[in-house]
Amino acid sequence: MADPSETKAIAVDRIRCDGYGMCAELLPELIELDDWGYPIVDGSAVPDELLDHARRAVAACPVLALRLRHAPRATMGCQAGARVPVSRS
Amino acid sequence: MSDQILWFASRGSGIVSLVLSTAVVCLGILTVVRWQRPGWPRFLTVALHRRVALLSIVFLAIHIVTAILDPYTSLGVLAALVPLASSYRPVAVALGVISVDLTLAVIVSSLLRERIGHRVWRAVHWLAYGAWPMALLHGLTAGTDAFAPWMLAIEGACVLAVGAVLVWRVDAGRPRRAGLSSVVAAASILQPGRPGREPR
Amino acid sequence: MTARILAGPPSAAGAESFPDHRRRLGPMPPIAERREVIGLLAASGLLGRGGAGFPVARKWSTVAERGAGAAVVLANGAEGEPLSAKDRTLMATRPHLVLDGAELAADAVGADRIVLYVGAEHAAARAALALALTERSGSAERAAGAHVPISLVAAPPTYVAGEESAAVHFVNDRDGRPTETSPRPFERGVDGRATLVQNVESLAHAALIARRGDAWYREAGEGPTRGTALVTVGTGASRGVTEIAIGTTVAELAARTGAPPDARAVLLGGYFGGWLAAGEAWALMLDPAAMREAGSAFGCGVVSFLDPAACGVETTARIIDYMAGQSAAQCGPCVFGLRAIADATARIAGGAAHADDLERVMRWSSQLAGRGACRHPDGAVGLMQSALRVFADEFAAHQRSRTCPVARSQGRAA
Repeated sequence: MADPSETKAIAVDRIRCDGYGMCAELLPELIELDDWGYPIVDGSAVPDELLDHARRAVAACPVLALRLRHAPRATMGCQAGARVPVSRS
Repeated sequence: MSDQILWFASRGSGIVSLVLSTAVVCLGILTVVRWQRPGWPRFLTVALHRRVALLSIVFLAIHIVTAILDPYTSLGVLAALVPLASSYRPVAVALGVISVDLTLAVIVSSLLRERIGHRVWRAVHWLAYGAWPMALLHGLTAGTDAFAPWMLAIEGACVLAVGAVLVWRVDAGRPRRAGLSSVVAAASILQPGRPGREPR
Repeated sequence: MTARILAGPPSAAGAESFPDHRRRLGPMPPIAERREVIGLLAASGLLGRGGAGFPVARKWSTVAERGAGAAVVLANGAEGEPLSAKDRTLMATRPHLVLDGAELAADAVGADRIVLYVGAEHAAARAALALALTERSGSAERAAGAHVPISLVAAPPTYVAGEESAAVHFVNDRDGRPTETSPRPFERGVDGRATLVQNVESLAHAALIARRGDAWYREAGEGPTRGTALVTVGTGASRGVTEIAIGTTVAELAARTGAPPDARAVLLGGYFGGWLAAGEAWALMLDPAAMREAGSAFGCGVVSFLDPAACGVETTARIIDYMAGQSAAQCGPCVFGLRAIADATARIAGGAAHADDLERVMRWSSQLAGRGACRHPDGAVGLMQSALRVFADEFAAHQRSRTCPVARSQGRAA
């Protein structure tokens, strides 16, 4: 059984992503496509029952833009709509 | 009797291997042009591309092994590994050897894709455009039935398939990523006479 | 005006010379004391002035830990935000204060290289810094000891060039586009080394804190956050830079700088910030904590009043069009999303909106944040959403009846 501290979340390399959209086909529960075919990803922890599907989605990406990263069990929540402070100095 | 079997097996597996490689090339190109139909999602194209590629290696292996063992051609193992080392139709066999080498490079790099990174993987993958035509030429020059009508039909169909998909590919143009800067550079409709860009 | 970093000769006098700077402020504290400066900065509560408002002391100590004596200091004077003029003004008039701060940072984090990253279009600032560097290298005290080499790099004149990963990318590869989010510059930056990317105004404040102490710094200020800050204030095209005590209200600043008292809205923080209606803004303290609570942000200190004769929808349309054109063109959502939002907003502003333009702008704006490699789309849609809220009536009028309430109230054709 998965170690609670080993939960994963989906991360996208936004520069590499080229809008192929296979990820959304394979993991529609967590990924949907915007009007231009680019993924809107739920960045919170992947539920256990979807982990295999998530791995398939990551492997299917033709440009290796997806990866599974470690996430704390307390969900970090979706970033869409949140105002994130600017990363300038 | 057993010679015949090996000879048939070698020719047969060679032909199947060529047809499968043609399918692999077509599926790969269809992946890039993002082909899809209702009921045929994009992930199916790339998944088939990968699995058929692995399947084609099986037939490739049978083709090579039976060719080596076939006493008629008296190919030694060396001839199958080193280009132009064959005494039987050296150039023709060499085309096959090189094609296999390129194919192996493409497949091994794909299996190690996550480790070598996308840029390196992509560079190696371009070798596929060398591997496939060489396999076709090998079939035309090394094969004993190359000019039998049924064989010509198969070879013709392979060329047509790849040709058609390639035309599509060239028409689809650069990766979307390469076109992003022109979208940014396009002036907005605030400037009279310059149209904006509508979403799909 | 609360003059601290801008204390001294008036800006019209140009760059302050090295001898004048030394005479006015005295020398920097000795090296032994400079190593303690991170503690001083922590006690002062100095926040970064580049827009993110990150505690300066924490940034320096992180880089000091990772740098292992071979860190790099990148003084960020790119100032790509069109509404902001404070960094170029500071660099053009007080270059030695900025250089003091950069050298102080280098000592504190263990850096053996300083890069001054200054916008190519800020000619006066670059000239002042170049002259200041030659003044210093000619001074007797420099000849006496080893000093960290300082180079001056002209940043590309783009909006995103000042983003910290873009700055590092340009210094390394002459490519001013932001890179993927990890590794961050404090982990691996210029030459692959731990890099402190710090705004030039922050460095100037640090240079004064090192001389005068944290208690002195905290004497200024009216609210929870202490100290002074540079702000760029203006209405429409005219702007000026002034130093305020943090916590000064928008109303006080407006009165001091002659901004129109009947302005209907204020843009705070620049194109990366957001609009506030005059009613909410007037009594607001220009203090990062207070502004965050009000759903706004201090950002890079831009306070821009909407000209009473101007239309908020049109002004916003122009800003978003600019932001769309300034995309680094690396990520699909930003490229297509901002362009679509900009075009739809332009149609709305021009009274030629398609039936679902406003609804689509709202939907796209809610989908874009966090979906680029950098925060450029986040800033743009943040501004867009604040405009949709503050100018809700005007947007509805433009969309629905293709008329501009502002133009009408002035007797102009819409």
